[in-house]
Amino acid sequence: MRTAAPGDAEDPGERVDATSSFERSPGAVRLAGTFCTREAARTWSEIHDAAKGGGELVLDLSDVRRMDGGVIALLVAARAELAAEGVSVRIVSIPEALRPLFELYRGLSPPVERPPRAALGGVEAIGDAALRWADELRGALGFLAEAGAAFARVPLRPRRAHLSEVPWLVQRAGFDALPIVVLISLLVGFVMGYQSARQLERFGANVYVADLVGISITRELAPLMTAIIVAGRSGAGYASEIGTMKVNDEIDALRVMGLPPIARLVVPRVFALVIVLPVLALVSDVVGIAGGLFVAVTSLDVSAPAYLLETRRALVAWDVWQGLIKSAPFGMTIALIACQQGFAASGGAESVGRRTTTTVVACLLSLVLLDAAFTFTLRLLGK
Amino acid sequence: MSAARPEAAPAGERLLEVRGLTIGWGAKVLQRDLTFGVARGEVFAILGRSGAGKSTLLRFLVGLEAPDAGRIVIAGHGPVDLSAGLPPFGVMFQAGALFGSMTVGENVRLPLDEWTDLPPAAAAAVARAKLALVGLEGAFDQLPSELSGGMLKRAAMARALALDPELVFLDEPSAGLDPITAREIDDLIRALNDGLGLTCVVVTHELESVFMLADRCIVLDDRGGGIVAEGDPRALCDSADPRVREFFNRRPRS
Repeated sequence: MRTAAPGDAEDPGERVDATSSFERSPGAVRLAGTFCTREAARTWSEIHDAAKGGGELVLDLSDVRRMDGGVIALLVAARAELAAEGVSVRIVSIPEALRPLFELYRGLSPPVERPPRAALGGVEAIGDAALRWADELRGALGFLAEAGAAFARVPLRPRRAHLSEVPWLVQRAGFDALPIVVLISLLVGFVMGYQSARQLERFGANVYVADLVGISITRELAPLMTAIIVAGRSGAGYASEIGTMKVNDEIDALRVMGLPPIARLVVPRVFALVIVLPVLALVSDVVGIAGGLFVAVTSLDVSAPAYLLETRRALVAWDVWQGLIKSAPFGMTIALIACQQGFAASGGAESVGRRTTTTVVACLLSLVLLDAAFTFTLRLLGK
Repeated sequence: MSAARPEAAPAGERLLEVRGLTIGWGAKVLQRDLTFGVARGEVFAILGRSGAGKSTLLRFLVGLEAPDAGRIVIAGHGPVDLSAGLPPFGVMFQAGALFGSMTVGENVRLPLDEWTDLPPAAAAAVARAKLALVGLEGAFDQLPSELSGGMLKRAAMARALALDPELVFLDEPSAGLDPITAREIDDLIRALNDGLGLTCVVVTHELESVFMLADRCIVLDDRGGGIVAEGDPRALCDSADPRVREFFNRRPRS
């Protein structure tokens, strides 16, 4: 099969033998037929197999009918790669029709030797990561300082803080989150009641399910669960919203209008979540206890009045209060982390996505740490 | 393009004055020691190939980046401090940078609401007038995502003009638009310049725009060599400098 005339290659009838063959002889490979990028993996491995002997390799293309740009780029790249390994590859007898393409992919000039990029050693990699962490930390601290300054200026210039946006943000973060908060709280109260039911039944202590559910919901689970829900909903929402604004130059547009973006975007969001979280936690308290009540009535033979009476006896106001009080810093933490991550976005969609992910992870971690710190401090204070 | 405009403005009338400015990102310097001035009432173009630092220069001029070296004076005040209040200029970003969560009308109203004591109805009326000025009367209640590229740029211009600044910075006003829309935007800039005496600093690489719009221009070298030419673009076509000629004649250096 000799080199076909260029016209033949365009003939649809020729497509039937769109095959390629590799004829190996020592130090040379003769390529024949049609080569396209989709089947280029074979070309790549054939050349590398042939080059294993080292020394010199001649690629004879005289019988190539067709070859697309990707395969040509591959040949040129393989030549450069092998040259770095000490194998000199020569591409010979390039059909006239393919010469312009080879020219475009720089296959006619001698291979350019590129020194391989030095890989980071272990120590450098650690140093590199440390520097990036330090950068990130510096950015976050700078943001916190700016946010603090923006809060300090709110009484002086309330208009810059854009507080008129707060009701709308409260609606989005609070009211719109009610269904999911109610559902999850109900199920948590329900599951807790159910799990404890069997243990309590053994001691005939059925009615104490009210104590168990009431205290754990109000002190711990309601504030934490609502904070986690809000971090996933509003935290992620704020980060991606602000991140997109950053990427679209909208933050810069605010700045060149003389409107400080941190005051305008961060202050109302922090206020909104500080308002929203205690309210949602209170809702979660009530619904969670209702979930426990449902279990007690349906499977523990405890009457509803007895359950409520026991709940009232077991709970002191402080149990509820401390849950609501810690919800406020939870809200502030979520809003600050989300906004900081949003402002740190740069580049494009990938960065916004990464910042959103980081927001949720960082929020969860901070919430748990904050909660532990709270519990520990209250314990020390004897509450 | 009135021929009466002075070729190089006397220093006293300069609205924007840049001296010895170095621009770049962190350790990477794009251009150093840039010195030029823009006269009141002039359309001034910043030219150069992609990567020459045109848009970066604009970010420094409007105060979004703090220069390592050099001085920028706008309307007798400088350097620009964006946290100190309303800057004395408007900026149109390359992609418009309209706030996606607000309608076009609210976008244009925003500077009015923030910086004036106009009652809401009056602010809306001014915003409508500004939109009419750029030929977008009908878009007041539309969201930015519903507008075409050319309309976005017009709306962004209306927002930049909301508080009637005497200086506007325009980043690639006609890039990425079809030739007719691009021409319309250029005509609009020209009309605003002629009618309102608006001083415009335009970053662009569209040669047609340059000839149609600019009274004067600077050409930035894409290899960090600073300003390679300054003056009337029509005169620069015949420059002896190959770096300037290649730009105006669309020919890469061989």
